[in-house]
Amino acid sequence: TMKGSIMGVLLVLALVVQDRLAGGLELKSYDYTKYHTMDEISAWMNQMEMENPDVVSSMIYGQTYEKRNIALLKIGLNSTTPKKAIWMDCGIHAREWIAPAFCQYFVKEILGSYKTDSEVNTLLKNLDFYITPVLNMDGYNYSWIDSTTRLWRKSRTPGTGNCTCVGTDLNRNFYANWGMVGISRNCCSEIYNGPSALSEPEAKAVTDFLGMHQNQLLCYLTIHSYGQLILVPYGHPNISAPNYDELMEVGLAAAKAIKAVHGKSYRVGSSPDVLYANSGSSRDFARLIGIPYSFTFELRDEGQHGFILPEDQIQPTCEEAYKGAMSIINYVHDKNFKSAAITVTATLWTTLTALWISSTNVI
Amino acid sequence: MKVFCSLWLLLSLVKLSPAPPASQDPPFACRGAGDPAPPQPETPEDMASSGDLEPTHYPARRAATVALHQLNTRHGSPHRLFALQEVHKASAEDVAAGGRKYSLDFSVTDWASGSAGPALRCSAEVMFPGTERSSPDVQLRCEALQQINSTAQDHAFYQKYIAPESAVSAQHIPDSYGNVSEEMQPFWRLARVAASFIMLRESSENTEFNMAQVASVTQQESSEKQLMLEFVVLLHDLPSQEIVQWKLLASWSPDRGVRVLQTEWQPRCPHDTKPPN
Repeated sequence: TMKGSIMGVLLVLALVVQDRLAGGLELKSYDYTKYHTMDEISAWMNQMEMENPDVVSSMIYGQTYEKRNIALLKIGLNSTTPKKAIWMDCGIHAREWIAPAFCQYFVKEILGSYKTDSEVNTLLKNLDFYITPVLNMDGYNYSWIDSTTRLWRKSRTPGTGNCTCVGTDLNRNFYANWGMVGISRNCCSEIYNGPSALSEPEAKAVTDFLGMHQNQLLCYLTIHSYGQLILVPYGHPNISAPNYDELMEVGLAAAKAIKAVHGKSYRVGSSPDVLYANSGSSRDFARLIGIPYSFTFELRDEGQHGFILPEDQIQPTCEEAYKGAMSIINYVHDKNFKSAAITVTATLWTTLTALWISSTNVI
Repeated sequence: MKVFCSLWLLLSLVKLSPAPPASQDPPFACRGAGDPAPPQPETPEDMASSGDLEPTHYPARRAATVALHQLNTRHGSPHRLFALQEVHKASAEDVAAGGRKYSLDFSVTDWASGSAGPALRCSAEVMFPGTERSSPDVQLRCEALQQINSTAQDHAFYQKYIAPESAVSAQHIPDSYGNVSEEMQPFWRLARVAASFIMLRESSENTEFNMAQVASVTQQESSEKQLMLEFVVLLHDLPSQEIVQWKLLASWSPDRGVRVLQTEWQPRCPHDTKPPN
């Protein structure tokens, strides 16, 4: 009847409105295909925590030079047993806007799929993900001021001594062969490695966190642009990680997974081989303290747009990088957890078989 | 009083637009920011020994990028620009007076027609002379490439902007989000082609240049039936991560292609600019 259908429509409307209100003030969903300001990203992090309280918590683990709280999202299912962990950071270099965009996309993907996708569910069950969407918050914020600041790279600490220039390259500032190669002692240089190792609070914050969690951490992923590369340690041409062969295998598998998405080629190798020698990088530090699987991702493109990657490439770049990251994460997970699962299953079958045999004997 | 006010207003307007700097020393705050020499990392890397090179490693990549710049200077246009697709084979040998010659087999794609475009196979010899500050020499051959092959789009573009009233002027292409309007796409490609002359000239085994952004394009009065464009381009060098700014004057027509008439390195002081309070 007419009355019935009107009631039906009103009921549906009421439910929709209630659902919207229950979801909070955000009636517009977050646009992962656009670049976001530092404030928007911070607000988004709060939203992720509020909307997913059983799997997401935030941790503040340091302060930038300009006194911003450096925060990460810890994502994982609660467990009674201690868990292993994966680290991901984006935005060490301010102008590489596609990197923070990817961290946000990655969070969205795992939160959106862990309830329905058994593979992701298993990952969140066995692992915690520590994800820092923007590490160099000061620099990132600065790159948003106007067109003349867009290509800023470094931190925003003022120069020391009689240096009139600002900023240290955070990815040359870590305690990993600091100052040995691929740096500049000119404080105006884009690869100035700082007055001393760990002079930068952002690098210190990561160092302290990794140190505290080094027994937990299986994998360290740091996201940059551009170049379409997967880099393995170390940045010094004469030093090789003990598991270099395995790292190359894992990296090449990730590049294959990336290529399957949109056909983009990512080259794989140590930095001195495929890009340039460098020292003091976060990836090298992570490997040096014993985190076995440590990789740098350099996302799109190969120089046509460089740092200023058009927004219409955010989605495809994130899709392929997600597959690449997941390839590595799944490998790391399976290496540490599959064997345990097999042992449990084998034990179960052995017990059942033994019970059956003994029961038949009794009969 | 009225006259005084309007005069004062006029004078204040004049003050607001600074005169373009004649060639001068970098501002005081920029001193120590580096000289016009091309950016070089302080610890130049050991070069690979002669012989076959790994195609995915940087020495072959950098040499191929130099060859690519040469290709774009010769065959780039408002609607044609090449990008490196893959290096297939590479080798290097030491040559006279400390120089080094690379032999390359690589593919490029015509980037303006989208990444779905067919790949062109090229071979090149790139010779980096042993002396500092000397430009590399490139011998290049690509399949199916005529000398000047202008498209209908190039001709239409030319007709539109060679008109005497045309006075194109724009800044920051792309904008911070990577957007380039339809109208500005050909100008951006022309800037990239013109920038290739500089990138080619400034290249060494220790550099790898790309164009990061067009800071500005200002159309000048056409001369000898050539479009005259003044560009300020921002180049990015991968090994040093520096952004290098160049002002240049380029001409283009479908018949003559791109020529670069003047170049001027411009000092940049991003490092010590403080955010407005």
